[in-house]
Amino acid sequence: MADIVIDRVVKEFGSFRALKEVSLNARDGEFVALLGPSGCGKTTLLRIIAGLETQNSGRVVIGGRDVSELPPRKRGLAMVFQNYAVFPHMTVFENVAFGLRMQKTSEAEVKRKVGRSAALLHIESYLDRYPAKLSGGQRQRVAVARALAVEPAVLLMDEPLSNLDALLRLELRTELKAVLREAGTTTIYVTHDQTEAMGLADRIAVMYGGKIEQIGTPLEVYATPGTRFVGGFLGSPPMNFIRVACSEGAARIGNITLPCPVASSEMEIGLRAEDASLAPIGSGIGFDVRVVEPMGSHLLLTGSIDGQLTRIVVPPTAKVAAGERVGLTVDPSRLTWIDGATGRAVVRA
Amino acid sequence: MPARTSWIPYALIAPSVAFLGALFLVPLVQTIWLSFATADGLTLANYERMTGDLNFSLAVRNTFLLTLVVVPIQVALALAMATMVSKLEKGRDLALWILTIPLGISDLAAGLAWLALLQNTGYLNSALYALGLISGPVGWLSQETPWSLFAAIVLAEIWRATAIVLVILIAGLQLIPKEFAEAAEIFGAKPWTRFRKITLPLLKPSLQSALILRTVLAFEVFAVVYALGGRNFPVLAGEAYTWQNENQNYGVAAAYAVLIMGISLAATAVYLRVLKTRPEQLP
Repeated sequence: MADIVIDRVVKEFGSFRALKEVSLNARDGEFVALLGPSGCGKTTLLRIIAGLETQNSGRVVIGGRDVSELPPRKRGLAMVFQNYAVFPHMTVFENVAFGLRMQKTSEAEVKRKVGRSAALLHIESYLDRYPAKLSGGQRQRVAVARALAVEPAVLLMDEPLSNLDALLRLELRTELKAVLREAGTTTIYVTHDQTEAMGLADRIAVMYGGKIEQIGTPLEVYATPGTRFVGGFLGSPPMNFIRVACSEGAARIGNITLPCPVASSEMEIGLRAEDASLAPIGSGIGFDVRVVEPMGSHLLLTGSIDGQLTRIVVPPTAKVAAGERVGLTVDPSRLTWIDGATGRAVVRA
Repeated sequence: MPARTSWIPYALIAPSVAFLGALFLVPLVQTIWLSFATADGLTLANYERMTGDLNFSLAVRNTFLLTLVVVPIQVALALAMATMVSKLEKGRDLALWILTIPLGISDLAAGLAWLALLQNTGYLNSALYALGLISGPVGWLSQETPWSLFAAIVLAEIWRATAIVLVILIAGLQLIPKEFAEAAEIFGAKPWTRFRKITLPLLKPSLQSALILRTVLAFEVFAVVYALGGRNFPVLAGEAYTWQNENQNYGVAAAYAVLIMGISLAATAVYLRVLKTRPEQLP
C-alpha cells in the first residue's frame, strides 16, 4: 500500500502550459478523483503519475519512493484506460494474467489470482473468450480485473466508464466502489463526470486550466466551492451567481438585506438551486419565473432575480406557473460569497 | 427503386472487368495453353524439355536461394526501420520519403546502378585500388566468383525492394492504437517483450500482406539478376526470357511462366494458412 505525493509538477507542450505547478497528496488507500472539463490537464497529470508522460519539473513520490525518473513498469502501479486497451489477440484469461506473467509469477499463483480477480468483476464465465466477442462493459471489466490481478499499490483510472451507456455506467460505478474499497488500493480516477466523482471519491480535486482549483470531500466542494468555477462546474443545475453590491456590511437583493462578509465590494452570491424555498406570497426575494420544467422528482424553475438568470428547484407539488412572480427565502448560512473581481470565495471573518 | 438501377453497379465495373479480362485473363489462359501445346497436340513435352535443360535445376536452386535469403532479411530490416521511423517525432515524413526513394526506380535501372558500382572498372574497384587494397581490377560478378555475384544480387535486391515492405509495415503499425503498448508497459513489459507480445502479433495481417507481395515478386526476380550476372546466375524468369527471345521457343518459355505462377500460388497459400489471423483476434 502506498501514498502518492505530487509535488509542484509542471508540464508544457511546446508553449502551452498544460500543468502549472500542480501539487496533490493522496493518502494510502484513498480514492481521489481528478474532475474537470476537457483540456484542464487531468489526463496529463494522470499520465505523468503513470510515467507515460514526463513532467518538465516537479516530483512524483509513490510510497515514499521518488519515481519521477522511473519508467512506468518500475513504478508499481496499474492502470485502466478509457478505451479499455484490452489486448485483442489474447484471451480474457491471458489479458487478466498479463501483469502477473510479466512479474514471472508461478503458474499456480497466476491461476489463483486471475480466478480471484475475475470473480470480483464477474467475468469468470468468459475467461477463454477473445475480447472482440465481448461488449464494452465486459471489456472494461476485463481491464479492471487485469489491473487488480497484480494487486497494485496504486491504481490509476482514466475515464474508465465514459465509453459505456448510462445504465451500465451506473451499475459498474457501484461495483467499482465496492471492489476498490475491499482492495484498499490508493486510486487516482480521472473523470469529467461530476456524478462519478461525487459518488466514488473520498476527495475530489477539481481542475481547471492546468491547476487544481479546489480539493476536498465531495460534500465540501459541492456545498462550499472555493471559486466561482467550482460552484459553476459542480451540481446540476450549476450554482447560481447573483451580483450584489455590498456597502457598510450589507447587501440588498430584491427587497431583502443580507449581511456581507466584507465591508464593501462588488460581490456575487452563490446560491444552490435547492437552497432556496418558496416563501409566503408577498415576502422573500422576488423571483420572476419564466419556465417551469417538471422533472418528476422536482420542479426546475428558470427565471430571474433582479434581472439575473437563476435556476431554482422546488418540490414537485409546488403550485408555480410561468410568468408568475414568487418570493424565495434563503438560508444565509448556505450561501457562498464570491469576490466579483477574483472569482474566489470569501470566507466570513 | 433497386430493380431499375440494379444494372448500374455492373456497368460501372464493366470497364475494369473487360480490361483485366483482355490483358490478364486471356494471356493467362493462352500461356497455360501454350505450355501444353505441341505439334502432337496437348502434351507435357514442353515441361520435359524445360526440366531436361542444363540450366533448369540451377535456376530453381538460385531462385529459391535468393528468395530464402532476401525476403527474411528484407522483413527483418523493414521491421526495424518501421519501428524506428514510427518512434520519430520530428522529420518522420522526410525520413520515410528518403527511405522509399528506391521504390521509384525501375528494377533494371537499379541493377545497372549496382553494375556501375561493382563491375571490373566500377566504383568499388576504383575505391579499393585507390586505398591500395587491391593491385588491379577484381571480378566480383563473374562465373568464377559465384558467391560474390550472389552477394551482389542479394545486396541490390535488398536495396531496391525493402521499402515496399517498410511502407506496408508502417501503415500496419499506425493501425495499432498506442494504448496497447502503454498498457503493456504499465503492466511491466520491457521494450523487447512489448515488441514480441504486443506489436508483432497485432502486426500479423500487415506482415502477411508484405510477405506475400515480396515473396511472389522475389520468385519473379529478373532485371537485377540479368543486369549484374547475365546468364551466369540463372533464375526462373531469366530462363523464360531466354527461351522466349533467344531460343524462340514459346512453349518452353510458357512452361517456365506457369511454373513460376505455381510456385507463387503455393507460397501465397502457405502464408495465408500459417499467418492466419482469426477474426475474433483482430483489434
